[in-house]
Amino acid sequence: MPEALLEVRSLDAHYGDFQALFSVSLAAAAGDVVAVIGANGAGKSTLLNSIAGLIRSRPDAILFRGEPIGELPAHAVVARGIALVPEGRRLFPSLTLEENLLIGGQLARPGPWNLARVYELFPALAERRHLPSARLSGGQQQMGAIGRALMSNPSLLLCDELSLGLAPIVVRDLYARLPQIVAEGVSLIIVEQDVVQALNAAKEVYCLQEGRVALAGRSASLSHAAISAAYFGA
Amino acid sequence: MMEWVNVIIQGVLIGGLYAMFAAGLALIFGVMRLVNIAHGDLIVVAAYLALIVTGAVGVNPLAAILIVAPVMAAIGYVLQRALLNWTLGDDLLPPLLVTFGLSVIIQNGLLELFTADSRRLAAGAIEVASFPVAEGIWIGVLPFIQLVAAIAVIGGLQVLFYSRPLGRAFRATADDPSVAQLMGLDNRHVFALAMAVSLAVIAVAGVLIAIRTNFDPAIGPARLIFGFEAVIIGGLGSLWGTLAGGIILGVSQAIGAHIDPGWQQLAGHLAFLAILAVRPQGLFPRIQG
Repeated sequence: MPEALLEVRSLDAHYGDFQALFSVSLAAAAGDVVAVIGANGAGKSTLLNSIAGLIRSRPDAILFRGEPIGELPAHAVVARGIALVPEGRRLFPSLTLEENLLIGGQLARPGPWNLARVYELFPALAERRHLPSARLSGGQQQMGAIGRALMSNPSLLLCDELSLGLAPIVVRDLYARLPQIVAEGVSLIIVEQDVVQALNAAKEVYCLQEGRVALAGRSASLSHAAISAAYFGA
Repeated sequence: MMEWVNVIIQGVLIGGLYAMFAAGLALIFGVMRLVNIAHGDLIVVAAYLALIVTGAVGVNPLAAILIVAPVMAAIGYVLQRALLNWTLGDDLLPPLLVTFGLSVIIQNGLLELFTADSRRLAAGAIEVASFPVAEGIWIGVLPFIQLVAAIAVIGGLQVLFYSRPLGRAFRATADDPSVAQLMGLDNRHVFALAMAVSLAVIAVAGVLIAIRTNFDPAIGPARLIFGFEAVIIGGLGSLWGTLAGGIILGVSQAIGAHIDPGWQQLAGHLAFLAILAVRPQGLFPRIQG
């Protein structure tokens, strides 16, 4: 097995008294596409938010390139090369689309991604670059949110529910672009409720259930029944 | 007739100062939802700093702005990092209480250091210089400089906010502080820079008003209320709206004072209340995305 780019080791997460994650472990190697699936409230977003630094963790609960980053704040985590596409897109409404992309690139980390490259990946964005981001359609906003995250030239891109609220055809289109992102040397962790989409896109799958890893393995090797059991509980 | 034109022009000229007070206030409220009750007292601090600088270096107060503004910016940065950042959260009340306390501390600190004596910055011949613009209408050089400074400051803020990376960071952080962190922005630093810009702006206004009118350690809250009123009249939507708010307030006060000198402040407050009643969102409200 190649050395892990990201390693999550028995991660716990709490919201006040409520424990959202129980000893979750996960690994992603460079070039991997990893899917995290699970029902609503299984802890998927909490896992991504913990990795991205929006939720602080034990330092050694999250290792990136072998270094502990669990207690780093989000702005320091993105500087190391982990970018998050947040659930619900969350573009900055008072900024234009292009300003959203520029603010994603304000750290000026070196790498292949810049405005031109993002517009090449998502041509629909280029012609709408000066629109206020709130005037874009849901699919365009999602492209904008992915583009904004790519502008920081991450080594690892975390995608939270890309399909949320979008028409199936738009979702298919978005997922069709992901291989181009991976081809630039970006590893992906995709959180998704749309299991079929996630299994097609990812090599490795983790299924969360009530804050615990219920099932993990190569997506090709997992049976429908096993996934169904892990997803809904026995 | 000419008399009234004159009154209105004087009101417009003083309105620039109120607009600068208001811009500083609106800027930090917009970026971090902090209502700074100590804003007026910090304006007075800028005036005392200018008093020290002019006394020590012997320069004109207008030149002292070049020293006072960066010093106030530095104070703003440190104040935000060391104190105000800790008060920010979902609740608007803690920053309100802490800046109220800060206001009391500043007033009493200034009283200890400078006594309760009323002071003024002496700017020399420029204070009384004026030039004619039409038959029977003279404009004072100093009030004119104040309005030009206000337009320059607000224009500068407009450029900063809408075409500079720092302004983009301010707007993004105001929109969504948690996603802004995902862009690599450290909120604590962004907020501190916003406070630094705010205090640099009020340093300009604080020195200019101290040349025009007397100040003492207790005058801060009176400055604060003009700033608040100008913000609310203008609405939070645009910086030029803030300028309009300041000018409306200035003109109302000038008209009131012309009718009866005792009505100056009252007329300003009445104009403010009238606009609050008719258009509570202000003349130029924030456009919801």
